[in-house]
Amino acid sequence: MTERRLLLGNEAIARGLVENGCAMATSYPGTPASEILAAVAFFQKQNRISMHTQWAVNEKIAFEIAYAGCQTGLRTAVSMKQVGLNVASDPLMSAAYMGVNGGFVVISADDPGPHSSQTEQDSRMMAMMAKIPVLDPDSPEQAREMIGLAYEISEKYKTPVMLRPTTRVCHSRQDIDLRAIPENNREVNFEKNPARWAATPKFRLQLHKELEGKLAAIARYRASAPVRLNPGAKGKKVILSSGVAAAHTREIMKALKLWSKIPLYQIRQPFPLHREFVTRLLKNYDDILVIEETTGVIEMQLADRYHVKGKLSQTVSRVGELSPEKVEEIICGFAGLEFRQFEPPAVPGRRPTLCAGCPHRASFFAIKKAAPRGIYTSDIGCYTLGLNLGAVDTVLCMGAAISQASGFYHAYKNEKKRPDVVATIGDSTFFHAGVPALIDAVVQKNKFVLVILDNRTTAMTGSQPTPASGIGAGGEPLNAVDIESLVKGCGVKFCKLGNPYKVKEFTALVKEAVAYSRKHGPAVVISRYPCVIDMLRKGETGQYIPVEVADTCDGCGYCIQHFECPALIYHDDEDRKYVTIDPLLCIGCGVCLEVCPKGSFVIKKN
Amino acid sequence: MAESIKQQLVISGLGGQGVLFVTRLLAEAAIEKQLPVFTSETHGMAQRGGVVLSHLKVGDFTSPLIRPFQADGLLVLKLENMARHGFFLKPDGWAAVNANADQQSKIGAPVDADRLAQKISNPKAVNLIVLGWALKTAERASSGNRLFCSYEDIKSVLKNRFGSQKKMLRASLKALEAGYNAKEK
Repeated sequence: MTERRLLLGNEAIARGLVENGCAMATSYPGTPASEILAAVAFFQKQNRISMHTQWAVNEKIAFEIAYAGCQTGLRTAVSMKQVGLNVASDPLMSAAYMGVNGGFVVISADDPGPHSSQTEQDSRMMAMMAKIPVLDPDSPEQAREMIGLAYEISEKYKTPVMLRPTTRVCHSRQDIDLRAIPENNREVNFEKNPARWAATPKFRLQLHKELEGKLAAIARYRASAPVRLNPGAKGKKVILSSGVAAAHTREIMKALKLWSKIPLYQIRQPFPLHREFVTRLLKNYDDILVIEETTGVIEMQLADRYHVKGKLSQTVSRVGELSPEKVEEIICGFAGLEFRQFEPPAVPGRRPTLCAGCPHRASFFAIKKAAPRGIYTSDIGCYTLGLNLGAVDTVLCMGAAISQASGFYHAYKNEKKRPDVVATIGDSTFFHAGVPALIDAVVQKNKFVLVILDNRTTAMTGSQPTPASGIGAGGEPLNAVDIESLVKGCGVKFCKLGNPYKVKEFTALVKEAVAYSRKHGPAVVISRYPCVIDMLRKGETGQYIPVEVADTCDGCGYCIQHFECPALIYHDDEDRKYVTIDPLLCIGCGVCLEVCPKGSFVIKKN
Repeated sequence: MAESIKQQLVISGLGGQGVLFVTRLLAEAAIEKQLPVFTSETHGMAQRGGVVLSHLKVGDFTSPLIRPFQADGLLVLKLENMARHGFFLKPDGWAAVNANADQQSKIGAPVDADRLAQKISNPKAVNLIVLGWALKTAERASSGNRLFCSYEDIKSVLKNRFGSQKKMLRASLKALEAGYNAKEK
């Protein structure tokens, strides 16, 4: 009997990789894709698989490492979130032309909603732009299956293949039967062929022609063709769906008793759409509805504006996630059934917030004291939540805190009054895309302060190591790069280290950096204290200072507004307003001792 | 017959309360009973101290998500979430809700899990107490809405999970039992 196990979608993808002989897997963490590489490393360790797994410094580097692996004939894979693919788009476009030797799968996880991303972009559009095929799984189980299909197409047509799961696939769990992991006995053999692997523009034209030929052939490949899910249904209306929207559609059509009435096709390969299928579809049906996330990729390939309904015709919303209730509404409209509109109650939300004891909160508190009317550029990570504290004004993309700080400096430099600019960036993000921006700032003598929030981990995505951690994806010891030396190596003359938990000293340090930057150019402060969640996971304990609220608290709310620690509870009673500390949430960082203007937070006696 | 079981449960709470853990226990119970299972959960930015919601579907389903008014049962670890997620419940569904004596919950069966957790000196066990209570609540539900798994099934899942960690197992079983044997107010 096969073993059935509950696997997260991302774990199922990882399982698909090792079951199909993937010999090299790389990634940079990003929700909703982060667990893929960690799971590959887990299966590697558990089954003693001889392969290379790694967290790379960024997605571009991850892509290029895995791509070189496939050039030697190995099966390889790179995984990332959709905005990570923007970073890796340079090698993606070129790799599509050059093609592959061993199979190469590019996994780019989209986030319709968005739940944890800057954009709702559709990676399938990137596949179209690069001219590579893309597969769109509807469940963890199908995602695992599609890894095998992806390798098959990749090696048959010598092209990179994209797998595009979405959040609901990545972060669903399903019972899945584990299959055997094959011995990897492929020969590693890089055959030199500069006309292909180092092609000049003249050869690139030739490669582009070949690529078009490959795409035309892939659009005829049977194994990835659309599947008719309900062969019994007949009629002139038809529904096409892909990804998790197809999973919703199946269930909803059954619930609405439409299963035997409207033919339903699942599109497993949204690009290139199978040509023969398109011809047949347009010939056989009068009314075609396409339900897909998040752009009308399938729809636009149907090239018929009279019979096709979807995103382009505005039948399906162009923004937001296609929740099952939205899918139900769309199908009801298409089938002429009544749909009862339902708006979920608008309950005042709990906004996401930094954890109790998070060192970032202390850093932001100090930054606001040191540069009270500054412009605060920030970046991608937990510390984006510094916006709750009024300490984050901009968040653009990975690494932009530093380049935007430069931009703000240049914009204001000829003004009479120049605001102080303070950039914040996490340690992992600094390595990812911050370093070139810092070099630029040094060259241009840009006057701002950069605070590197060094909590020794990639916290937001679940505590992956950073280049400063000195450990690999499977916990193996690696070299560590020292942030301070790196900053100094970029040419920064003012680079000092501080502990944000020591609020007074740390505030003084940021003030010193501000004063330096006004005169000389970029100043860097490294704010170093480990992520409290990471410490908890590793079984470590930080300092514990038992704090209580003294009777002097008059409920002014300063600490709630400017410090926003979730362990502080505000009471607005009829006779009295005051603050208490939640003993379950408080981790005893003691930072609040310095926050109350009246000194009402005090160390507990005994 | 096992094949005909189709059940949809919503588990709702706040970050750090252990919503995902409860979801996993139920999903593992389904696997032990050879039933197909889907769950859906919240990660990343959405998880930081905010509302956590998970969906669990046991039986022949293809979508990981539950539509409004379709859930057979609701587990609410924090009362305020009843207003947020109560709409998932179908009209004759059951709800196991963590609420103290002063809080009146209009729908569902309230249990003071916070107080019970203090009583057994395990303040982090609110999730297991509500799960225990849900198992009891579902036993009393109309036959069509009974849970796919029993109190004994969840105990067996916990035993498999914490086999070697005796202390964890004892504490977990105690919390589950406290919820299962709680008295409705």
